[in-house]
Amino acid sequence: MSAASLETQGLCKSFGALPVASDIDFRLESGARHALIGPNGAGKTSFVNLVAGMLRPNAGRILLGGEDITRLSQAARVKRGLVRTFQISALFRRLSLIENVTLAISEREGAAGDLIRPSGRHRKLIEEAYALLETLGLAEEALRPVNELAYGRQRLADVAVSLGLRPKVLLLDEPAAGVPSGETGAIIDMIERLPSDLALLIIEHDMDLVFRLAKRITVLVQGSVLVEGPPQEIAADPKVRQVYLGERAPR
Amino acid sequence: MAAVSDIAAPGVLDRFAHRHRFRLAEALPWLATIAAYFVFPDYLSLGAQILATVLFALSLDLVLGYAGIITLGHAAFFGTGAYAAGILAANGWGEPITGLFAAALVAGLAGLASGAVILRTTGLTLLMQTLVVAAMLSEVANKASRITGGADGLQGMDVWPIFGQFRFDLFGRTAYVYCAMVLLLCWLVVRAIVHSSFGRSLTGIRENVLRMHAVGSPVTHRKLIAYTISAALAGISGALIAQTSQFVGLGVLGLERSGTVLIMLIIGGVGQLYGAFIGVPLYMIAQDRFSEIDPVYWYFWIGLFMIFVVMFARGGVLGLSERIWRARRKPS
Repeated sequence: MSAASLETQGLCKSFGALPVASDIDFRLESGARHALIGPNGAGKTSFVNLVAGMLRPNAGRILLGGEDITRLSQAARVKRGLVRTFQISALFRRLSLIENVTLAISEREGAAGDLIRPSGRHRKLIEEAYALLETLGLAEEALRPVNELAYGRQRLADVAVSLGLRPKVLLLDEPAAGVPSGETGAIIDMIERLPSDLALLIIEHDMDLVFRLAKRITVLVQGSVLVEGPPQEIAADPKVRQVYLGERAPR
Repeated sequence: MAAVSDIAAPGVLDRFAHRHRFRLAEALPWLATIAAYFVFPDYLSLGAQILATVLFALSLDLVLGYAGIITLGHAAFFGTGAYAAGILAANGWGEPITGLFAAALVAGLAGLASGAVILRTTGLTLLMQTLVVAAMLSEVANKASRITGGADGLQGMDVWPIFGQFRFDLFGRTAYVYCAMVLLLCWLVVRAIVHSSFGRSLTGIRENVLRMHAVGSPVTHRKLIAYTISAALAGISGALIAQTSQFVGLGVLGLERSGTVLIMLIIGGVGQLYGAFIGVPLYMIAQDRFSEIDPVYWYFWIGLFMIFVVMFARGGVLGLSERIWRARRKPS
């Protein structure tokens, strides 16, 4: 059996006495459309932070394409194609949209260390950034500072920055969080059009979005995996129903 | 993969890709520098001090305005450069240009060494550490009085004519032109850096360091490079002041100097490359005028002026003029 795109083995993390991840075994196959759901405080974002390298695990291993990356820095993981987005838009707010994406592309290509040549001379990188914005329908606003964009557009911009890194594994941390329900359609469209060989993990509260996009779902409760399976199984699972009883996605 | 199909695209791309091109307005500070030489021949010594201090503020802008490194100890590098050039000139090597290079080297090394330690921290911790570095260097200069002259200051500097031709005269003509030329060269360097991909990545670090990490940027490494370059430029600035005034006192390393240059940059506008060119002359001319009109309480007027800037002109003079410019264009 070939190595998964992303795998965790016995991943543990606690803040003092509070466990946020206990013994999580998780596999993300290449080309996966996998959702991670769970009630508030289940440890979903902590899991993303652990995998992306913002948090260090207390125990366990993280493998990317079979390679152990547990000890690698966040930057080193990004260079290997493991990229995340943020629950609360983490953009370069006063910089233009195209600059936001160009910054990411420049880092990927190693151009960002260039002290001498004007950034505009790296024309190919700028063209790539613009083309990426075009495919996401953001090109018209390329020169606007991102803090002037509608929030739904900012969420798309956040993903655009991450896509500029050409990820092999993309962790989408609540891509629709805070977006008015009328605008989630654009985000679902965007996710559906992502390259099919990209392994995608979506953390999301919006169940419509989860059940439309995910081929597999993992339910996390209090830092451990409650159950994992295809959407129909998860929807019918009595344990999941119990956890979610009376709890609808907060808007 | 990057085939740009849209017809409007080249316009957008060009506008974005050509931001580094020189604009006409960028000649204004230099026209003013040339004009001041002829209009105020009696104030050229002050003018030389202003030009050298503009370079100091410019070096601060690179770390504060672009890389977002908050510092209250930038005088550490200004003073290191001043002492490097001063000690050379007091010990038999008064050639000014090599003096500048020596100052840049020593100050740059001081920036590299201290930056490697303190740039791992951020916020108030970093602020404290920059203060401490400057205080430590000041104490070293105080104790090493055999070399530095200690609290009495460094005496006996002999600065040779520039290129063996141009003596430093009493009226400050040579000093003015010398400082203007060095500032011009250093400004070209800073300008190239802020428009380079490296410079853009610094603004990324300033705007959102979390996301810079997440796009795989070696943040601490970048900050250290910017800090080192800035320290070297601050050192050149200090050397200019030392060479043109032929004296170095402990004040070059003091907290007051670090604070004053910060105030001058804030008045002009932070992170816009030209804040130094506006804030420094404004502050130093105001200081010169106020201290003549009201020798005892002139600091009060400076303070009042600062409060005005913070309340009504956030983003400094440059920020204010940009807002006025936008407001006038909008109603149409």
